[in-house]
Amino acid sequence: MALASLPHLSGMKKNDSRFNPYDDNGGSIVAIGGDNYLLIASDTRLSTGYSIYTRNQSKLFQVSNKSIVGCSGCWCDTLTLTRLINARMQMYLHEHNKEMSTPALAQMISTMLYYKRFFPYYVSVVMGGLEPDGSGWVYSYDPIGNLERSKFHAGGSSGALLQPLLDNQVGLKNIQNIVEESITLEKASRIVQDVFISAAERDIYTGDEIHIMCITADGIKEEKVDLRKD
Amino acid sequence: MFEVSALHNFGFPANSLDLLGNNEFQTINDDPIGHFHTPITTATSVLGLAFDNGVILAADTLGSYGSLARFKNISRVLKVNKNIILGVGGDYADFQYLKELVNGKMIGEECLEDNVPLKPASLHCWLTRVLYQRRSKVDPLWNNVLIAGVQNKTPYLGFIDKLGTAVKDTVIATGFGAHIAVPLLRNGVQKKPNMNKQEAEELIVKCMEVLYYRDARSFNKYELGIITPDEVQIKGPISIKANWDISQYVSGYE
Repeated sequence: MALASLPHLSGMKKNDSRFNPYDDNGGSIVAIGGDNYLLIASDTRLSTGYSIYTRNQSKLFQVSNKSIVGCSGCWCDTLTLTRLINARMQMYLHEHNKEMSTPALAQMISTMLYYKRFFPYYVSVVMGGLEPDGSGWVYSYDPIGNLERSKFHAGGSSGALLQPLLDNQVGLKNIQNIVEESITLEKASRIVQDVFISAAERDIYTGDEIHIMCITADGIKEEKVDLRKD
Repeated sequence: MFEVSALHNFGFPANSLDLLGNNEFQTINDDPIGHFHTPITTATSVLGLAFDNGVILAADTLGSYGSLARFKNISRVLKVNKNIILGVGGDYADFQYLKELVNGKMIGEECLEDNVPLKPASLHCWLTRVLYQRRSKVDPLWNNVLIAGVQNKTPYLGFIDKLGTAVKDTVIATGFGAHIAVPLLRNGVQKKPNMNKQEAEELIVKCMEVLYYRDARSFNKYELGIITPDEVQIKGPISIKANWDISQYVSGYE
């Protein structure tokens, strides 16, 4: 038994702060999949505690011409995971002479996260891509690889803040007398910008800029939009 | 710098120097892996600033032993090759180990004889992997590293912490400097984007002075590393001529 667990000795414990291999570097990701597009956005602030490392670090990683991985949380894990994903995309390309499809990538990410089940990558991953039929879908993960396929998702430090907003504005939930129709790219883009502006108002780990990437049949377009920097 | 406050008895976790007799073996029993790593001899902030055609680094020459100013003339800004300089803070023993590791890497690079010198982005990435591997073994190298250089004629300034967190920016400071110097540096860059070498040096020197006044673990002697496409300079040690006359006006906090 550890000595410190004995009540009369517990006060003697000296080294109670052990090295913590994780950090929370914040950052948010929002993705919306449409009938013929996939929109994914992250903010560009990287923080630790009350300090900002940099105001210009996107959390989006293009891993193929059809899919983009958004990853936030512990930045050193993000770097490692995304590099590993890129390496495995390359291996797949060389072995099969074609890019990995979005559903295959989705399963691979889940497997890679679960592989580190007992020393997890401390990240929330939101991956979005076009599927073989041309439609946009979003795959979201918890740190140990639980995977959900959906049409929209908000992850990262503002995930809990933004998801109900997306449920209402994109999923059209809790609205009476509404005709359910799919969201256009223009509408999705406006919603993404609005929700990030709202998140930056309340979450100190989200701000500086939004990095928006959009995949359509024509290719990938990117855009940066200013957020509040305080 | 917050890690430093966790030091007791000059940071030694239960050894023969602990004369208080309360150094039972509890730390060993509490640690399932069997090691406990805290920094011992520590160095404070490192500052980095990119200017129009290069990068400048600054770090003082003090090695602290908890709150004891133990080593007053240690160097921690070093030239790696004609493309790269490093500035390192945190544990000094780990820095010396890291230095040998980089040295070995450079010898390996030289043996290739391809006349392609290592570029800063490559070393930045490589060091990231070294530090990340060590943190994943829960046996970290307790350092903050700034990598400065020139790549494709543009300034490169990168940062890594003990976890392997890698950042690239035009203004970076570690430790207490992240709180005190970064606002001053960002303000300077905002007022005058594209500073020249001299202006950048003046700004960095000002920051080192302010840090000397406000950081209790800092020192009045520092080194500068300046890298441009034409030359690599390690300047110093340079002394700060402090003026404590105004200190009497700071009162009422006792």
